[in-house]
Amino acid sequence: MNIVVCIKQVPDAAEVKINPETGTLIREGVPSIINPYDMHAIEAAVQIKEKTSGKVTAITMGPPQAETALRDAISLGVDEAILLTDKAFAGSDTLATSYTLSKTIEKLSPDIIICGKQAIDGDTAQVGPEVAEFLNIPHVAYVRKIEDIGEKSIRVQRLMEEGYDVVESTLPVLLTVVKELNEPRLPSLKGKMAAKKAEIKKWTAADIGADEKDVGLKGSPTQVKNIFAPEPKKDRQMLEGTPEEQTDALIKKLMELKCL
Amino acid sequence: MPIVVDKEKCTGCESCLEVCPYDAIDIKDDKAVINEYCQMCMACLPVCPEGAIKEIQEAAEEPTNLEDYEGVWVFAEQRDGTVASVAYELLGAGRRLADELKTELSAVLFGASEQEANELIRWGADKVYLCEDPTLKHFNDEPYAGLLSSLINTYKPEIVLAGATPIGRSFIPRVAAKLRTGLTADCTSLNIDSETRNLLQVRPAFGGNIMATILCPNRRPQIATVRPRVMKRNEYDSNRTGEIINVKAEDLASRTKIIETVKEVSEVSVNLQEADVIVSGGRGLGGPKGFEMLKELAGLLEGAVGASRAAVDEGWIPYSHQVGQTGKTVCPKIYIACGISGAVQHLVGMQSSDIIVAINKNPEAPIFNVATYGIVGDVYEVVPMLIKKIKELKGK
Ligand SMILES: Cc1cc2nc3c(=O)[nH]c(=O)nc-3n(C[C@H](O)[C@H](O)[C@H](O)COP(=O)(O)OP(=O)(O)OC[C@H]3O[C@@H](n4cnc5c(N)ncnc54)[C@H](O)[C@@H]3O)c2cc1C
Ligand SMILES: Nc1ncnc2c1ncn2[C@@H]1O[C@H](COP(=O)(O)O)[C@@H](O)[C@H]1O
Repeated sequence: MNIVVCIKQVPDAAEVKINPETGTLIREGVPSIINPYDMHAIEAAVQIKEKTSGKVTAITMGPPQAETALRDAISLGVDEAILLTDKAFAGSDTLATSYTLSKTIEKLSPDIIICGKQAIDGDTAQVGPEVAEFLNIPHVAYVRKIEDIGEKSIRVQRLMEEGYDVVESTLPVLLTVVKELNEPRLPSLKGKMAAKKAEIKKWTAADIGADEKDVGLKGSPTQVKNIFAPEPKKDRQMLEGTPEEQTDALIKKLMELKCL
Repeated sequence: MPIVVDKEKCTGCESCLEVCPYDAIDIKDDKAVINEYCQMCMACLPVCPEGAIKEIQEAAEEPTNLEDYEGVWVFAEQRDGTVASVAYELLGAGRRLADELKTELSAVLFGASEQEANELIRWGADKVYLCEDPTLKHFNDEPYAGLLSSLINTYKPEIVLAGATPIGRSFIPRVAAKLRTGLTADCTSLNIDSETRNLLQVRPAFGGNIMATILCPNRRPQIATVRPRVMKRNEYDSNRTGEIINVKAEDLASRTKIIETVKEVSEVSVNLQEADVIVSGGRGLGGPKGFEMLKELAGLLEGAVGASRAAVDEGWIPYSHQVGQTGKTVCPKIYIACGISGAVQHLVGMQSSDIIVAINKNPEAPIFNVATYGIVGDVYEVVPMLIKKIKELKGK
């Protein structure tokens, strides 16, 4: 199986702090990590490769610094890595990102493409299905288990609100994966060595034959008009007294809220 | 780079550094420099005391036939033939937008009956595009995306809204990509810019720590998925009439096949995203037994049970209950956090709840920073007392 994983470098939310006065994020000195869901995508790809042989290629679109995310991916068992980096890609929304990734994936003709469910900075969960549409292949979102992989088809479990669906798809297919799918491994010593030595390919808009008007800001139909801090929480109140008094006070509040 | 710093005006005061969510500003030689992490979120523009940071307007793309598009659409998702409650909420929002635009509100319903279509009209739709074809009864991405985009191409609505549910978030991106238009995920507020008729789409980013207003000014339709439980329904009007347009299902071929649908039932519903009340437990419960107690409380409040990752990782409760960055994002009317410390990854999943109650024995726990009502105490003392008193109230 020839597999492509799409990964994104994001700020580590565990380290993001909020400035209590302005309600904005303090990002200074926050390390960048591979999007947590994409760690599960990498693990799934490497497991499939180990079972069926083949090759795993990780791709990311981002600034030159995103190379470190790709090296981390190699330390986890990914064979090759491509960094899509070009000033022309700056300001991409999900449509432009998906177009750019799909132009790259076309060149690699994989059997399976794996994305994370969503990236934790934007939380859109749109890139996976949009990439599948650009490639004109099927996709299954929220994959929590891979049941079976055949020559020409795959059977997976898709997480839904009240349970799960068993879905069968033809190949090639794009999957977006949730945390339940697997437990990502730690880098091996061999992997770390490989990561150090690996050559990371750097591709530009020209290398993937992307139309200039479809990438970056120009190819992005959505625009950020402004950003602002969410409204601060209304009146906060510590309930006082003995546990019983506090409980009574809470019950009174719940009754006022017509919850009881 | 479309955001630039005027070197003459910049004093190197670093105000912009603090607000940048992407770490995209460096100070070099006492001047701010925008680096390649910039996502053009514009957070730095208003904070610069010197007005030194500017956006360079690139030649915007030509708007494409905006005036050909008119009307507001709601995609009404159904499960097992019954319209999901998020669809009625969307009709509430859609009605308001349509009235402001002085246009019609339509609903699109796949795989359900005319009876359900009539309900959509009573909840505010003027028209319903209905496809009763039984192959659409169960959600499948390709036929849903194919049929919805072909309807959009035929009838050209200016706005399309869908629920930010597993269904909406899976197939609506395919529709947007087919139509090469913009899609804004997980909106929490929608308004109209009366001058341009543009939809102002507000959504949280970074797990609710910042809010962004997104526009799709040059292409149509403008598509948004909307969080369940944030929009208000209209009044139900059992006399309201409207038009049902039966649409033929064309080309429902799909490369994915649903083999089986499995419902995972638990005593108290796990359906966190639709619950009005969520009683959630963390490591402070000390073991699976604590969740028995929370289930009882949730049952009394007709709510669902949530959990922190720590509790899930301990194996006390399945992952489907997890709230937070790597679990579900919820916004019930009341969220009761029992023995949860309030780590940022948990907060991002629940801090937009209307009312947050925290029960924790450590008065310094960060959960109290977001709690509407805080109780410092032992969950094993407070919760059983709550249960007892509520039962007494209900006369059980
Ligand atoms: C990439 C990443 C993603 C993550 N995603 C999530 C996520 O989606 N959701 C999530 O929840 N976490 C997530 N986490 C984990 C998160 O950082 C915290 O570790 C977790 O939320 C802590 O859970 P907790 O509050 O239950 O446990 P703890 O932090 O151990 O807190 C337990 C609390 O219980 C109190 N307590 C103890 N005994 C009692 C008692 N008898 N009565 C009352 N109070 C008591 C204590 O004072 C303490 O405040 C993530 C972490 C990472 C790195
Ligand atoms: N810039 C990017 N480069 C590579 N993959 C990406 C990028 N952005 C998003 N993805 C993939 O798409 C998934 C969903 O991202 P999003 O739609 O941004 O929430 C991520 O988990 C990644 O697998």
